[in-house]
Amino acid sequence: MLEGLTIGLSTAFSITNILMVIGGCLIGTFIGMLPGLGPMSIIAIMIPVAITLGDPSAALILLAGVYYGAIFGGSTSSILLNAPGVAGTVATSFDGYPMARAGKAGKALTIAAISSFMGGTIGAVLLMIFAPMLSTVALLFHSAEYFALMVVGLSAIAAFAGTGNVAKAVMMTLLGLMMATVGEGALFNMPRFTMGLMDLQSGFSFITLAMAMFALPEAIFLVMNPARSAQSGQDGGKITGLRITRDEARKIAPVIGRQSIQGFFIGVLPGAGATIASFLGYAVERNIASEEEQKEFGKGSIKGLAAPETANNAACTGSFVPLLTLGIPGSGTTAILLGALIALNVTPGPRLMIDSPHIFWAVIISMYIGNLVLLVLNLPLIPYIAKVLSVPRTYLIPFILFFTLMGSYIGQNNATELLILVGFGVCATVLRFADYPLAPLLIGFILGRMLEDNFSRSMQIYDGAAFILDRPMTLGLLVLAILLVVVPSYRARRARARAAGVADGD
Amino acid sequence: MALDRWIALIILGIALAYGYAAYFTMDQLLPPFMQRNPIWPSTFPKVLAVMAIFTSLVIVLGLEKPSGEAATPDIDYRRLGDYKIGQAACLLGLMVAYALLLRPAGFLLSTAGFLTLGGMILGERKLWVLFPVAALATGVVWYLVEGVLGIFLRPLPFFLG
Repeated sequence: MLEGLTIGLSTAFSITNILMVIGGCLIGTFIGMLPGLGPMSIIAIMIPVAITLGDPSAALILLAGVYYGAIFGGSTSSILLNAPGVAGTVATSFDGYPMARAGKAGKALTIAAISSFMGGTIGAVLLMIFAPMLSTVALLFHSAEYFALMVVGLSAIAAFAGTGNVAKAVMMTLLGLMMATVGEGALFNMPRFTMGLMDLQSGFSFITLAMAMFALPEAIFLVMNPARSAQSGQDGGKITGLRITRDEARKIAPVIGRQSIQGFFIGVLPGAGATIASFLGYAVERNIASEEEQKEFGKGSIKGLAAPETANNAACTGSFVPLLTLGIPGSGTTAILLGALIALNVTPGPRLMIDSPHIFWAVIISMYIGNLVLLVLNLPLIPYIAKVLSVPRTYLIPFILFFTLMGSYIGQNNATELLILVGFGVCATVLRFADYPLAPLLIGFILGRMLEDNFSRSMQIYDGAAFILDRPMTLGLLVLAILLVVVPSYRARRARARAAGVADGD
Repeated sequence: MALDRWIALIILGIALAYGYAAYFTMDQLLPPFMQRNPIWPSTFPKVLAVMAIFTSLVIVLGLEKPSGEAATPDIDYRRLGDYKIGQAACLLGLMVAYALLLRPAGFLLSTAGFLTLGGMILGERKLWVLFPVAALATGVVWYLVEGVLGIFLRPLPFFLG
């Protein structure tokens, strides 16, 4: 390992590669801030640039830098505009945006930057130590367990959406899963639920749906209620209170510690990734927090902000483990990276560490550098980033709308997509009026395809649903999933009964 | 009946239609050799449909009582008239117009028009500031998308190229 480290250090510390990290982080941050342009699209766009570099380690370092930058940029727009460009930063907006609206945008951005930095750095250390060992953990999982694990993730997401709202959240998750079945899947060569429309043949686009669920309703709310933008506009001019107090640091330190480890391990599992890590991290921290701290979650709790930020960065690092050691992409983003690597004549897999150690170790070292660049670059830039909020709304809102339109247009190059965007945006706004949580819908949609693929594969292997009983781990995970949904509403019922003065004999 | 239960009723309708499609129309198209498979294209949708119908019924019938403190929504739909709903509707209409005009009118014209009209709908009257800003932003975005990212956007109206 020491030998590998020195190879990595000498490769990563060449002038070109350091420039690659810095450039990648900058590009990623700026584009990632625009709602709707997530790491997947940015990396896809950067692939031609990376391939023209010719050097695989430089290319991978550049793309990794873009990835980190995009995640950070996504958190910034989640906090300031409540418009997460990436599913992985949706959980960031739960507490980050209320903080920004309460005039604590500076503090929120600082906490996000520090949590990301710590999550990414601890993740990189863990990656270095566990990469060889962890491949065996991921190997133990069969499709039955992947299926069960995704069900657990989805029910955890539904459960966190609010104690009184479990049915609504489950409803939204199911709606998302149903939407994911639209179009022609890879598994069956037949279009499903397209109603004969050509435009639905390839299903709904994730970016369009993400825009319609988050950016568009937010913009419509801004239009309908001018007081809303005035609130954030006032404080947008000068961000005060960038510093966090010693007390706050002490509060978030254990959260960061727990979530970097948990996030990393979730990131390692293929299919789970940053999104589940951030939601699960948020849910776990919410559940173990004390009673009065729990009430703050969703209203601007610093713990609720630090948890998803740490977890998603640690998971991003973790998702490199299956890519680098098994050659299996753990997420959409690493799948795109895999494509880039193959185009550069590198085959990721168990042999990568032996055949081209300089690539493997240079990427790990560049993760440290990338995290450092983000912290050094972004903390000083925070007041400038926040200037976005002091732009008058007559300019800001048309631009937000324009970027949502552009984001879904660039992804599909199809004007019908824009009509779908507006239609879903209106539906999403109505759903928000009625207090339906929208995040579960989007997560259900993202996981839908993978969930069905793994479900179908286990059904095929076990010739029926017997896998649920045959594999104890699957059964255990599914039972956990049911408990996650049932227990909160049961607890709420009991709490109500107690409040009403009924003896709790149940 | 509150808005959320009306919405659940609509979702129930969607779930019923989805379930009908999954149970009664999809399997007829299945080739005979695939019918021996333990999993059909309709298997997963069938499970989803049943769960969705059940969950929407739970909401429609109000079986799960909301927890004590009611969340304060950002916008109270019962007082919809108090908000600038006209502006929002105009902007949505503008977005639809943009979607329909993007191809025929070209990127530059439709985008500059969209940004200018959007600002005007929101009450901006300083056209001598608004229009140059919109035009400049359009040019910069077009250059970035076309030149840097290499994604083709037809810049000019169809009759000019």
